[in-house]
Amino acid sequence: MLSKKNKEAFFNPLSKDNPVLVQILGICSALAVTASLEPAIVMGISVIAVLAFSNVIISFLRKTVPTNIRIIVQLVVVAALVIIVQQILIAYNYDVSKKLSVFIGLIITNCILMGRLEAFAMHNSPWPSFLDGVGNGLGYTIVLLIVAFFRELLGSGSLFGFQVIPQWCYDHGYMDNGLMILPPMALITVGCIIWVHRARNKELQEN
Amino acid sequence: MNKNSNTYQILYAAVMVLLVGTLLAFIYMALKPKQNENIANDTRKQILSALHIASPDDSQVKEVYEKYVIQDLLVDAEGNIVDSAANVAFNVDMKKNVKLAERQLPIMKCKTDDGSIKYVLPVYGAGLWGPIWGYIAVNDDGNTIYGANFSHEGETPGLGARITEQSFQDLFVDKHLFVDGDFKSVAVLKKGQKATNGAEQIDALTGATITSRGVSDMMADCMAPYEAFLKKMHGTEAPAAAENETNDNQPE
Repeated sequence: MLSKKNKEAFFNPLSKDNPVLVQILGICSALAVTASLEPAIVMGISVIAVLAFSNVIISFLRKTVPTNIRIIVQLVVVAALVIIVQQILIAYNYDVSKKLSVFIGLIITNCILMGRLEAFAMHNSPWPSFLDGVGNGLGYTIVLLIVAFFRELLGSGSLFGFQVIPQWCYDHGYMDNGLMILPPMALITVGCIIWVHRARNKELQEN
Repeated sequence: MNKNSNTYQILYAAVMVLLVGTLLAFIYMALKPKQNENIANDTRKQILSALHIASPDDSQVKEVYEKYVIQDLLVDAEGNIVDSAANVAFNVDMKKNVKLAERQLPIMKCKTDDGSIKYVLPVYGAGLWGPIWGYIAVNDDGNTIYGANFSHEGETPGLGARITEQSFQDLFVDKHLFVDGDFKSVAVLKKGQKATNGAEQIDALTGATITSRGVSDMMADCMAPYEAFLKKMHGTEAPAAAENETNDNQPE
């Protein structure tokens, strides 16, 4: 069930082979949805779901897919899953779906998906593919949550919408940093995380 | 079987598309009622926001909405009430309500906590990337704007999308729709510009010229047909007279 290879498929993307920090995939959406924690976590869950299921489906189909149209087949599977996620969100979490607006649709173009389908699911059986999908999705979600934590805390003084910086700080002249809400600070935050991550993992450093 | 033969590829693609299409259609149908309910609740929240009422929890939106909105009206270009059945204004699809000649003129008559009557007029227009819409609450003098709420489908975040911010919407408060007895919708103009027709104006959003112009045009285009209705309240007749007329025309 959890052989060494399967463990690697699941745990590597969390840190050593993190899709955002090491492979630098999916940066665009990581910047866009991290102004606060709630959309970040919904986006993370959506990506995990889409990635895990598309990996499994493609893995089941991998022996039947004609080589010439394999990218199209992958796209159709991903697009179908994304539309399902989007419809479910509109039905059950309308406010978040409004906040995420185009970015749910843009999961289709998230490089992590096509990358994992092409690199892993096309050559591996369903169970490792599922683990690989969940692992990569989690790796992406972790980065999203770290970025969103700092952006929401410093930008709005709240976490998950709850005020955490006490009112007397504001009374004594503390102000939320409006820049944290804007995309440039998301990029800088991601940059800082990559910096810390590489400083701790020497084998990732390039010369 | 040869996986790379044309027949196999075409068949594979066709079957796949058919399966996926059926699946999506089924899911869409299954979730539609729930989605429509969410969209309706969102609209209710927007209307409440134009009345400066903080949006309640999803489970209570309908209740709160029905507490404040006391009557739905449809009026004609002469300002006469043609219909006042329940939810008749709420159910008008503004997307399809564009052609001036065939336009229905919905109004939500509302009563705020202090007992004063407000009229909420829906407006619908074009922004830079897609439709924008909003709800304008007017005092019962038919002249002063009480509150406004704007929404959009896909305006640029940080620029045009700022029409949804409270600070922008609050600029409309206390502006007048009639200048010297003539109807002149509130204009949205860059600082330093003056409305050519003498209308009251507010500052446009920096970096969102086209969305700002869209709001301005939307207000002018959608509020103008109500001129007669508003004038009845605003003009020579006292608000009370307009009230009576409203009641006279009720079908119940």
